[in-house]
Amino acid sequence: MADEGVAADDAAPATEIAEQPTMFGVPCTDERGQQVLHPSRDEYLDVLGMAAADGFELCVDVCAVDGLTNRGRAVAPGIEPERFEVVVNLLDLRGRRRLRIRTQVPADDPQVPSAVGLYPGAEAPEREAADLFGISFSDHPDPSRILMPPDWDGHPLRKDYAIGAIPVQFKAVEGR
Amino acid sequence: MSTATAAAIRRPADAVLRISEEAALDAAAVDDDAAAITTEPGDGPMLINMGPQHPSTHGVLRIAMELQGETVLRSKPIIGYLHTGMEKTAEDLTFLQGPTNVTRMDYASPLFTELVFCLAVEDLLGTEIPPRATWIRMLMCELNRMSSHLLFLATNGMDLGAVGMMLYGWKEREEILRFFESVTGLRMNHNYIRPGGVAADLPDGWQDDVEHILTVLPDRLEQFDTLMTGQPIWRDRTQGVGVITADEAIAMSATGPLLRSTGEAWDLRRTMPYLAYDEVDFDVVVGAYGDTFDRYSIRLNEIRESMRIVEQCLDKMPRGPYRTEDRKVTPPPRARIDESMEALIHHFKIFTEGFRVPPGETYVAVESPRGELGCYLVSDGGPKPQRVHIRAPSFVNLQSLPHLMYGGLLADAIAIISSVDPIMGEVDR
Repeated sequence: MADEGVAADDAAPATEIAEQPTMFGVPCTDERGQQVLHPSRDEYLDVLGMAAADGFELCVDVCAVDGLTNRGRAVAPGIEPERFEVVVNLLDLRGRRRLRIRTQVPADDPQVPSAVGLYPGAEAPEREAADLFGISFSDHPDPSRILMPPDWDGHPLRKDYAIGAIPVQFKAVEGR
Repeated sequence: MSTATAAAIRRPADAVLRISEEAALDAAAVDDDAAAITTEPGDGPMLINMGPQHPSTHGVLRIAMELQGETVLRSKPIIGYLHTGMEKTAEDLTFLQGPTNVTRMDYASPLFTELVFCLAVEDLLGTEIPPRATWIRMLMCELNRMSSHLLFLATNGMDLGAVGMMLYGWKEREEILRFFESVTGLRMNHNYIRPGGVAADLPDGWQDDVEHILTVLPDRLEQFDTLMTGQPIWRDRTQGVGVITADEAIAMSATGPLLRSTGEAWDLRRTMPYLAYDEVDFDVVVGAYGDTFDRYSIRLNEIRESMRIVEQCLDKMPRGPYRTEDRKVTPPPRARIDESMEALIHHFKIFTEGFRVPPGETYVAVESPRGELGCYLVSDGGPKPQRVHIRAPSFVNLQSLPHLMYGGLLADAIAIISSVDPIMGEVDR
């Protein structure tokens, strides 16, 4: 009995750590060897700040994902998948490490704080995500469209934005 | 070096001209109190639009520039003229069709986009590719790096008035493209690297073709050195022009030759090896001053390094299959289709329905001639990707442009745009 008790005591914290590892105070998962953090929107900037202080000095990329057709996707335990996700890839040049930060963004309030203050290089990628997904990055210095024309309606990379076809007129049509 | 100070080290005047695309057309509409931009004749700063139709903009790059006399103050690159929604298209193509689409992004180095997409798919599939496929990929990519850098030398020379260079660069590039045609069937947009390996084995006599390139090119590179590197006019036009420091480059997320020109020896082939780059010998070329000349000479010398890698690929090319034997991804051999109904059905299913990729997400990066080329791929378990995002180095590097041009001359702006080497197909996707 005593042996079992000891074994159970030893096992309990170990499995707990294995199930819910954290980094910078937020859940951390391992995707085939890639480290992924899952902060909430409130924690997002703080986590970026801690990552920057920890040596992740280069913001490789900011992009968004529309999970409308992929609601059952795996996120970290305890994190509820929302429609949108903002994915940030960071790079530590000295430590040769990568870190990915996935933040869930609800469809009814697609808004995330901008990382430009920490990473000036996030400016263009954030504009792209804003343009193509309609996610607004608050405090972004230049929240204009970047790839689509300024007067464009809608956000093309959203899943409910249908692929359209513009009829191409190869020959003159009679009556025109 | 920490990013916490990244915002602080931006140039004091904030080199980016933050106006909208429409406002850039009409200086009177610019409601920028500090700008005092005017179209009236006088001494104030002037707003001009360079491009999108301009020979030195490498396609359709438009730059709104604030000029004080001939000095460039703030500026803003305006892009999107070539946007065709390729990431949206990718969501509608199977994983096997994917390379056909992504190869059209960076048309000067198409094999790299194919490679990064296929590496991402293979990562999700968990497929191991045979060694020969790895080495063929490496061989082709290094040749592609050479052709891409030769194209850079050609256009960079032309932008700065060395028009002869235009012809020489294109000529040497053509030698390599001819080899690509013999291997893949196409000069560009090859669709050669596929999930699971490559589309076809190298043709008979490929060693001779590659050796021909390797024997011809060194002499030509010497000639380029004579024509440009040692030439006083060339040096005057490039040295000390468009300087960026390592801290600034990192803060602006710049990668590739733009980052290496600052002395930062960051090359993914060395620092985070993929394929078999840890098994070949090569040097990472770095600059010291972060100027246009450094970026030029880095690319010139990277051609030499790539030639070293190609030589080693020639020696070490393993025998064996050129694509994985995994029946899930690879269609059955042509001969099997004639005799086996199952093989025919299998072949048909792979090419119509496509193969399914386990759900998950991954980010894979390779060192393209322009910097870190990444692919963020999300699969929901179906035969088509849920999201394909290509982290295009040209797109990200382009935002350094205002910082590089700030305070320089308008004529130097041409040299600087050229030295960033943007490929607009990749910028706009």
